[in-house]
Amino acid sequence: MNIVTAVGRVVRERADGAGYVCDLLLRSLVALRRLPRRWRFSLDMAFNAGVRSLPVTLVVAAFAGAILALQTGIELRRFGDTAVLGTITALSMCREMGPFITGVILAATVGSSMAAELGTMKVSDEVTALEVMSVDPIDYLVMPRVLALALMCPTLTVLSNLVGIYGGSIVAEQNLGVSRDLFWISAREALTTSGTLLPKEIYAGLFKSLVFGTTIAAVSCAAGLRASGGALGVGLAVQAAVRNSVILIIIFGFVITWFFYFLA
Amino acid sequence: MIELHDVYKAFGKREILRGLTLTVPKGLNFVLMGPSGTGKSVTLRHIIGILQPDRGSVRVDGQEVPAMNHHQLMELRKRMGYLFQNGALINWLSVAENVALPLREHGMLPRDEIDDRVHEMLRLVHMDQAAKQFPPDISGGMKLRCGLARALVTKPEYVLYDEPNAGLDPIISREIHELIVDVRDTLHVTGLIVTHSRACATHCADRIGILQDGRLGIEGTVDELVHSDNPLARDFLGEGSD
Repeated sequence: MNIVTAVGRVVRERADGAGYVCDLLLRSLVALRRLPRRWRFSLDMAFNAGVRSLPVTLVVAAFAGAILALQTGIELRRFGDTAVLGTITALSMCREMGPFITGVILAATVGSSMAAELGTMKVSDEVTALEVMSVDPIDYLVMPRVLALALMCPTLTVLSNLVGIYGGSIVAEQNLGVSRDLFWISAREALTTSGTLLPKEIYAGLFKSLVFGTTIAAVSCAAGLRASGGALGVGLAVQAAVRNSVILIIIFGFVITWFFYFLA
Repeated sequence: MIELHDVYKAFGKREILRGLTLTVPKGLNFVLMGPSGTGKSVTLRHIIGILQPDRGSVRVDGQEVPAMNHHQLMELRKRMGYLFQNGALINWLSVAENVALPLREHGMLPRDEIDDRVHEMLRLVHMDQAAKQFPPDISGGMKLRCGLARALVTKPEYVLYDEPNAGLDPIISREIHELIVDVRDTLHVTGLIVTHSRACATHCADRIGILQDGRLGIEGTVDELVHSDNPLARDFLGEGSD
């Protein structure tokens, strides 16, 4: 096989996979009309997703905020400008770090579990059994999961933003000599200066996390539903789900930032 | 009546069905046998519309299955039950909830009637004691019986059985065979049974077909095939072939 054929095959497979995810997402959105029937199951999924990833999200967010404050503070101290440390930490957490950390953790914990669960159902004919019973697997299995992560990712992002800023404030006080009051005042001012009810720094980050949550669920469910070949296939599906979710989180993170801060 | 005429199906370069022609008359149990990989399960999946043939005709009651739109396919599937090898139960639903699933999803009946129907089916397959248990906590034979109750709960006209006794001990297998015969006799359901088992074939079948090279190698009644000199029939139905 020559290299052109090999590259062509890989590109075709990737395009096929991307098309499948888009189709799955669109069909999940259409399936939202049956939400009253799936509401209870969706809430259960959301609760499980949130509870399962809350502790690790908060721990990572606290340390990410602390690292951010420490690294930035070391440089700011050289210029004697540590008063803006709260501003920088708050903006970085809300615009980028909070949604990113939450997205990556959800991809690793909940996304992988969704891919494994649906992959196991696929290889053991449970998904086919639903089709045979005239039950749409998108409506029954995928839509509640997409909705659950679309709800939980922004919720966890708000918490990780708060905890991250709090982690930064501790380091600022303990290691850089910035009083906690000064840190929080500058952080609050940075997030409320636009004068709107919900400042851009907040809603841009929340929109980003909404996109991340939806993407993780769609990519993970698609990986699970395309699994084949027994346990090995399920393992590969989990691997693909986490890898593709993280790549898309980074790409979409860039695109959304660009849209909000350079285009809109 | 289920009719397949000159059906071809390949996966990549591997040809599975090569001109399969098969008729399953109404009210009978038809057993389909054959070596592994000759397309027995693939045949079932064509009948229920999960797979499309590359060429040929698949008809159920005169309707061409591959030509059906989504809605027609859904309607056809409501008239059919399918028993998977391992039962294919949903793990987070109890036995009773699994059996009730097709009725609940289609909103066919009020809740009370669904409960009555579910318990009637569970009694039929001797699973009423296990209604509240979950699939991971029950044995393979119980999963199959629950799968059979789920396949029957919508009162289908046809049931497709995919290896109904795979991996089961002879006692449980015999129970499943008796259930399949009961289903035909009491509910007047047409059955197409895919199996490797001589015991299953001779116990359940009205007619038997054996696949060879992607098409029907031989077909006949149980007596005809059991006493046949045909080497294919002897391999699958001769004494000691189990």
